[in-house]
Amino acid sequence: MTGNIWVLAEHWRGQISEITYELLVLGRELARDLGVGLQAVLLGHNAQSLGSTLGGADSVLYVDHPALAEPTPEAYAYALAHLLTERRPKGLLIPLTNLSMDVGALVEAPFVNACKDVRLVDGRLQARCVLYGGKIEAVVVPAGEPTIFGIVPGVRPAERVDRTPPIETVSVPLPEVLKVRWKSYVEPEAGDINITKQDVLVAVGRGIQDRENLTLAEELAAALGGAVCGSRPVIDQGWLPPSRQIGRSGVIVKPKLYIAAGISGAPEHVEGMKNSELIIAINTDPKAPIFNLAHYGIVADALEVLPALTAAIRAKQG
Amino acid sequence: MNIVVLLKMVPDVVEELEIAPDSKSLDASSVRMILSERDDHALEEALLLKERYGGTVTALAVEAPDVDDALFTALAKGADRAIKILGTSVTTSATARLFSQILPTVAGPADLILTGVQAIDDLDGFMAPILSRLLGLPYLGVVTAVKVADRTAIVVREYAGGVRGEFEVPLPAVLGIQSAEQPPRYVPVAKVRAAMKSQKIEAISAPALAQPTVVEILQMTKPEVAGRAEILEGSSEEVAEKVCEILFARGLLQKR
Ligand SMILES: Cc1cc2nc3c(=O)[nH]c(=O)nc-3n(C[C@H](O)[C@H](O)[C@H](O)COP(=O)(O)OP(=O)(O)OC[C@H]3O[C@@H](n4cnc5c(N)ncnc54)[C@H](O)[C@@H]3O)c2cc1C
Ligand SMILES: Nc1ncnc2c1ncn2[C@@H]1O[C@H](COP(=O)(O)O)[C@@H](O)[C@H]1O
Repeated sequence: MTGNIWVLAEHWRGQISEITYELLVLGRELARDLGVGLQAVLLGHNAQSLGSTLGGADSVLYVDHPALAEPTPEAYAYALAHLLTERRPKGLLIPLTNLSMDVGALVEAPFVNACKDVRLVDGRLQARCVLYGGKIEAVVVPAGEPTIFGIVPGVRPAERVDRTPPIETVSVPLPEVLKVRWKSYVEPEAGDINITKQDVLVAVGRGIQDRENLTLAEELAAALGGAVCGSRPVIDQGWLPPSRQIGRSGVIVKPKLYIAAGISGAPEHVEGMKNSELIIAINTDPKAPIFNLAHYGIVADALEVLPALTAAIRAKQG
Repeated sequence: MNIVVLLKMVPDVVEELEIAPDSKSLDASSVRMILSERDDHALEEALLLKERYGGTVTALAVEAPDVDDALFTALAKGADRAIKILGTSVTTSATARLFSQILPTVAGPADLILTGVQAIDDLDGFMAPILSRLLGLPYLGVVTAVKVADRTAIVVREYAGGVRGEFEVPLPAVLGIQSAEQPPRYVPVAKVRAAMKSQKIEAISAPALAQPTVVEILQMTKPEVAGRAEILEGSSEEVAEKVCEILFARGLLQKR
């Protein structure tokens, strides 16, 4: 049982998250190369039935406790720490999502952050980590085991295996009273347009520089029959409502056309738009990571290109 | 309420980053250091909480290029104390150990310790959860709002798609801030200069701590790119024409 590869099965509001199936594909590769088993770790309350969807794993370790009913990092970390000490896997893959990202660091075990890949090289698990907003990558080896690898979304295409895995229920003595108490969910304010339904999105980032310049994006979006959305800094500034944020903590979109203006292409943003059918990026920095992903790139000032584009389109439309 | 904010300097990624000859680190001469964006939010949240509930804000940082600028800026924005730990600490886990030793003695009893949720150079963990574990304090991360009543904080954590969760966190606690409740305030350079003249940064030396390697870097590289955008050249007008052609071809624009 020791030396296995584990995947933390992320689930939220009654559903296994897509990233869990991505991690199971990666976990399968590592388990195969190491010649060990692949186990999914499912922590929850009355959530055992979710285990039946984790056929990508050889088996599921399931911990049931009322404190695990809601995603309280403290309770999750407590259960994980207990399991890691008891079973000593070789590695645990956890999703770097807003939901699960910090669980690994709460546990006392070597943690490798921001992994975009993990492989077995010369008998050691070696990770490739994304640093500096996607501008640099580091190949690293952890110093000890069990190692917790924080894996960024999109590491492998998600795959569901149609098979019901054996589920072992493990009892973990969680403390009666946890320090941090989950209270409730707060839903996003309704009323804004649903940007996941738009065919055309004009996305603006910090490079737009000023609230007033948003008009340039709005005019282009209007000409193309689309909507304006943005990266985190634009939402943080209050220039656009949170419902328009694309990325890890925002929404995931797949429009027919995504125009990224003044957006660097940080991994947390890219996660939300990389599957757009056509991506056109406007950025003054020719080395901006967004150009590694865009189909077409314009190395120029967005404040000049956006109005020129609007004018050209308007002229064609007559 | 006494609040400590941890401030970290990180490379400005708007600049071109070069890898050093050892191929395991960044070429320091190619790097311009700025305050981590999330820390600016952590500082803003600290200042908001001070305005709301009274108390003090202490900015705490480890020596790094241009860290004085960040600390004086914090003072100019309204922080009461700025402390700089001399010496270097390379990894997040080692720095967490450093802070866990220094915080109780140097910064005084804190009700809240705020960090940025994540820095762009983090390889071996997130500061806030590691620090909370070392200090035995409650923790919550990805925080976007904090209210305090009777030694308990109501803390909002952000999930995907605009959904948030509300948690009750007893104080003292460590929180990883994703975004402050309002955009970080702007402070004019003149005010920072004034702070440089009238206020001071307390420098303290770091206790010698072992710095075991948790994550060993074998190599740093620029990302290999699967594809690369086709760059459209020309004036804005010429580029706009080319884009129109692409949109026509894809049926995203109809000729009339
Ligand atoms: C836990 C977590 C979750 C996150 N979730 C999200 C998320 O959901 N969505 C998200 O977007 N980010 C998210 N982030 C933030 C993310 O890491 C980046 O900081 C962010 O995406 C950067 O936004 P940006 O590209 O607009 O800004 P920057 O990275 O600052 O890039 C600005 C770009 O504009 C260019 N530019 C400047 N001037 C001009 C001009 N005149 N014309 C054209 N280009 C110009 C610059 O060259 C630069 O490339 C998250 C971060 C964390 C830690
Ligand atoms: N060397 C450091 N000096 C000061 N603060 C730090 C340092 N490392 C981490 N932090 C704090 O922890 C946050 C998260 O950083 P990290 O753990 O590196 O992702 C930062 O935004 C800071 O608030």
